[in-house]
Amino acid sequence: MPFDSLPTPTLNEYLMISGLLFAIGLAGVIIRRNIIVIFMCLEMMLAAASLTLVAFSRFHTVDGLPDYDGQMLVFFVITVAAAEVAVGLAIIVSLYRARQTIQTDELTSLRG
Amino acid sequence: MENLPWFLLLIPIASAAIIQLGLKKSAALSSALSTISVLATFIIAVLLLGKDFSSSFNWIEAGTLRLNIGFKLDQLATCMMIVVTGIGLLVHIFSLGYMRDDPAKARYFGCLSLFMFSMTGIVLSSNFVMMFIFWELVGLSSYLLIGHWYQKDTAADAAKKAFLVNRIGDFGFMIGILMLWAITGTVVFEAMNGASLDTAGTYLAGTAILLVFCGAVGKSAQLPLHVWLPDAMEGPTPVSALIHAATMVAAGVYMMARTFFSLGITAENMEILGNAPDVIAWVGGITSLVAALMATQQNDIKKILAYSTLSQLGYMVMAVGLIAPEAGMFHLFTHAWFKALLFLGSGAVIYACHHEQDIWKMGGLLKKMPITAITFLIGTLSLTAVPFTSGFYSKENILIAAKDSPLLYIAVGVAALTTFYMFRLFFIAFLGKARDHGSKVAKEVPVVMWGPLAFLTAAAIASPFFSQFFPTNGHVEVHAVPHFGDKLVLMSLGAFATGFVFAFLLYFGKDKEPISIPLFRNKFYLDIIYQRLVTVFQDAVAALVHFFDEFIIGGLLVDGATRSAQGVGNIFRRFAQNGSLSSYAYLMGLGAVLVIYFTVFAK
Repeated sequence: MPFDSLPTPTLNEYLMISGLLFAIGLAGVIIRRNIIVIFMCLEMMLAAASLTLVAFSRFHTVDGLPDYDGQMLVFFVITVAAAEVAVGLAIIVSLYRARQTIQTDELTSLRG
Repeated sequence: MENLPWFLLLIPIASAAIIQLGLKKSAALSSALSTISVLATFIIAVLLLGKDFSSSFNWIEAGTLRLNIGFKLDQLATCMMIVVTGIGLLVHIFSLGYMRDDPAKARYFGCLSLFMFSMTGIVLSSNFVMMFIFWELVGLSSYLLIGHWYQKDTAADAAKKAFLVNRIGDFGFMIGILMLWAITGTVVFEAMNGASLDTAGTYLAGTAILLVFCGAVGKSAQLPLHVWLPDAMEGPTPVSALIHAATMVAAGVYMMARTFFSLGITAENMEILGNAPDVIAWVGGITSLVAALMATQQNDIKKILAYSTLSQLGYMVMAVGLIAPEAGMFHLFTHAWFKALLFLGSGAVIYACHHEQDIWKMGGLLKKMPITAITFLIGTLSLTAVPFTSGFYSKENILIAAKDSPLLYIAVGVAALTTFYMFRLFFIAFLGKARDHGSKVAKEVPVVMWGPLAFLTAAAIASPFFSQFFPTNGHVEVHAVPHFGDKLVLMSLGAFATGFVFAFLLYFGKDKEPISIPLFRNKFYLDIIYQRLVTVFQDAVAALVHFFDEFIIGGLLVDGATRSAQGVGNIFRRFAQNGSLSSYAYLMGLGAVLVIYFTVFAK
């Protein structure tokens, strides 16, 4: 098998990747102005969290088998995220209908 | 026998409770119950004469604090108990006639029973705390009885005045009790001793005694707190006789005598109190003088007697201040009988004259109501210290106590004034001719009213001869028989003669007031001055409190706190809440990072 020669990634490397992914997502949420992009960045943060869960599940063995609880939770996250996307996109559409824009710097009605 | 004194407390309170809770509708039953209860207490008091024992049970115990409810019987207490229950009994019987048609008769007799309970409590109490409780209770029952005709504004006001003025004195009394407690380490009379006063020092001991004396100033209506007693005459006359002449107002003197006996203060060791006895004696002396002067120009028969009471109480307090509390108690004992006699006599007169109290509208009552008039005359002779009446012996003892002090001249002067105003009263009200409708139709009162008068007359003459009743301080003989030809006796007789001659010249056969002294008539304007002072003082305090509330508490503390919170909030609002979603997200992210940093890394 050609993959056998590749080194097996350690838990730290998984967590590093997931942290990077999460940081990129957070940065996107903070920096970007377009709500669609912000939404995509949020999804990226969810993915980062899911990756962490899978990694922990893989490396935490119970009786020689991976602990599948973490992976179960990932399925939940995916399901809930799908529902959330449906709701979120609907909100964005109605927001656009109301304001004719989805640029966050033009939506300032939260000013205190 | 050991438990008998408890019944002195239980019988009146049971009577008061039964009347208040069940018999309010039935005037006849409640008056009968009240009178029987006081008869029972009188019999017990007679049985207990001369006994000397005490008993108590624990009431409150917390740490080193131990408070008892108990009684202490000795000569002082049994003597006072005879006065309280004896006069109480006669007043109850007199009230059966005097209050016969009163619509609130049941309430009246219930309050009388409550008063009997409170007063026996003061007399029996074995410690200061218990005495203070009953001290307040007599204040309450006095309030209720002065305000018996509360529909009358003057009566309601007088009741309030009596209560409030007494509160001032009682506050001092309470502090005095606490100080004595701190000094002697106990509130129980039997356990007190004078030695601890020595260690406390003159100032502390003197202050404590003076503060305790404050209570007596309030209750015994001494200057400057005397203003409530004349107003208290708004109550029914039997109440004035019982509470405001014979018993409650004498409680101050009784309490001072009790304190002095318990602390073992005698003429030899009075220096440990510093100037306090002098202050007490002078307060008494000045009160007796001022009150006697006021009495000379009053027209209301009860007011005259009220000022006379003030004046005689001043005598007693003076005797206490001269460290002759036994002389003060002797005068208290004799005074109680003849002053109750005078008050009940005036009650009979008022009743006969259809509630007319102005002596200038009476006249010629000697012929119409001879029994009342003669008993009243004997009361007057006792009060004016005519030889062989009780007042003569007791007043003589006070003069003996005062013989080395300038107060002697005040005492003699007051004796002359007493004779003057009492014979003024007698000449105007009982001699001459009837000047008004009320006195024209007056006729002798029924036996239920003159019976007590007759008993009191006997007591007014005979009371000094029951020498076993009187408390002694161990070193003073009971001196019921003064020596004629003695300088003091001559002074006393001279005072009587002077007062009588002046009263005769000025008032015998007169139909209207020949002289007018506004200063005396208006009670030295003290009531008006007090009213003004209270108003000014109260306004000043109110303004100060209002300023404090409005600007310090309201402006600085409450509004200040909200304004600073608002200000800080405004600053954050300008910086942080700018409406940009990305900065919110940034702050949230920053917050999450910080939380993680502080919880995970910065341990």
